[in-house]
Amino acid sequence: MYTTILEPKMVKDEKSTVTETPETKTKIHVENLNLFYGEKQALFDVSIDIKEKEVTALIGPSGCGKSTFLRTLNRMNDLIEGVKISGKIIIDDENIYESNDVIKLRTKVGMVFQKPNLFPMSIYDNVAYGPRMQGIKNKAILNEIVENSLRGAAIWDEVQDRLKSSALGLSGGQQQRVCIARAIAMKPDVILMDEPTSALDPISTLKIEELIAAMKKDYTIVIVTHNMQQAARVSDKTAFFLNGEIIEFDETSKIFSMPSDQRTEDYVTGRFG
Amino acid sequence: MSTLPVKREKSNKRKYFMEKLSGKVFLFCALLSVISLLLIIGFVFFKGSKPFIGEGYSIVDFLFGNDWVPSENQFGIFPMIVASIYATIGALIIGVPVGLFTAIFLAEIAPKSIAKIISPAVQLLAGIPSVLYGVFGLAVIVPFLQNQLGLIKGQSLIAVILVLAIMMLPTVVTVAETAIRAVPKSYREGSLALGASQIGTIFKVVVPSAKSGIMTAVVLGMGRAIGETMAVILVAGNSLIIPTSLTDSIRPLTTNIALEMGYAFGTHQEMLFATGIVLFSFILLLNFVLARISSKGGN
Repeated sequence: MYTTILEPKMVKDEKSTVTETPETKTKIHVENLNLFYGEKQALFDVSIDIKEKEVTALIGPSGCGKSTFLRTLNRMNDLIEGVKISGKIIIDDENIYESNDVIKLRTKVGMVFQKPNLFPMSIYDNVAYGPRMQGIKNKAILNEIVENSLRGAAIWDEVQDRLKSSALGLSGGQQQRVCIARAIAMKPDVILMDEPTSALDPISTLKIEELIAAMKKDYTIVIVTHNMQQAARVSDKTAFFLNGEIIEFDETSKIFSMPSDQRTEDYVTGRFG
Repeated sequence: MSTLPVKREKSNKRKYFMEKLSGKVFLFCALLSVISLLLIIGFVFFKGSKPFIGEGYSIVDFLFGNDWVPSENQFGIFPMIVASIYATIGALIIGVPVGLFTAIFLAEIAPKSIAKIISPAVQLLAGIPSVLYGVFGLAVIVPFLQNQLGLIKGQSLIAVILVLAIMMLPTVVTVAETAIRAVPKSYREGSLALGASQIGTIFKVVVPSAKSGIMTAVVLGMGRAIGETMAVILVAGNSLIIPTSLTDSIRPLTTNIALEMGYAFGTHQEMLFATGIVLFSFILLLNFVLARISSKGGN
């Protein structure tokens, strides 16, 4: 009796270790995703497997649907009236559009926006905002979360002695890193970044890129970027979007050196877009 | 073709004249309101300060005296000051939460189709003449209170509070709604993306960000309540006592002036102007507070 139960289990375990080595484990599985703004279709049959603890870059010309796609991953498009979505997005074996718990989804899938959008409150309160919303009231725990998150976003040294002052007094680059800290504070698995450096100067951009590289070991990161060099520098995989479709998705090195689609080549070499 | 330049010169002369003239007309119009303000203030202060300067009445007795008996030359408006303050605070306690929640509902929660019905309805409330509020209060609220609370006289502090609370709604709702709508969308997105619920987002991020606009709404509502006269006369009951319960009949400052000005003369009339000064000081104070709030909001 024991053997009959144990045997298949062991087999299954073996199987899973074979198929789910750290490099290949899929975190987000997207299948035939279509999205409509009213009558206008913005995404066409998007299918992609985003791997765990990798940086996946989404590139493409303006209006190609990459930001729209990013926002389907934590259901931020729900906020827009008249959006219709079909297809599957599976994160950790769960179709996020079948479950109605968007709060749980968004604690698992954090987001950093194009422009730093810190709230008009202190740095501390900004970072503690998410945990507090989850009901954490204990001061010691909050202190620890805030410190760890700010350290995780490589901004602790710069702000540790002014945690209680307004977050809006920081520079744009610092604000964006506090935004990242705020996202980290929720202990998410996935962090979505929507052109996180497009409003920043080159030095701040470099800091954020270094941060992304360091964060990769703990988080699955999906980043939308207009900056091709940035995609090449920070990402492991790159997806090229055009007119709401994924034209090509591959290793970043391959996308930038020998893309298999002519349109990808035209875009990454700067011939359009 | 050759006559054109001459023509043009002529018409230009006229244009410059019209330019100058219209500038003067605009200036005159702009000054009109300032002149009116100064005239009214000057007149009220001149008349209202006479008894204290020329006739030896004490300001302290006027402000803190309990008895208003013009026939015996007793002019104490303390009960009226208290009544005005109570009525205003009471109206704020009811009107501000209701108005704020309405504003939140309209700006954040309601689907566009519903907001399109409620918003104009609230704004229309501001257009109803105040005497009709009074009539409504007298015909509906006063008998209702009389029956429900078993009062001999339904005209009372609570009746005034209810009428004023309704009257301040359009001001509070409109100003608060505008303030809430002005909160950047990115704040809401940031909060929701952190797994906050919609209600959590509203109360922790949106409302605090709209704080100065909402305070403005409260102060404007307050101004409306403290200055309201016509509606209050009909439901206040006009008893000259310091109210000790919500069901006491009251006489606020505005009512005092409106009720007696018609037949008053001499010192009595001047004391009514002095009542006006007190009322005006309250409004001035509110405006000062308002200016402070909006200058803070600017930062």
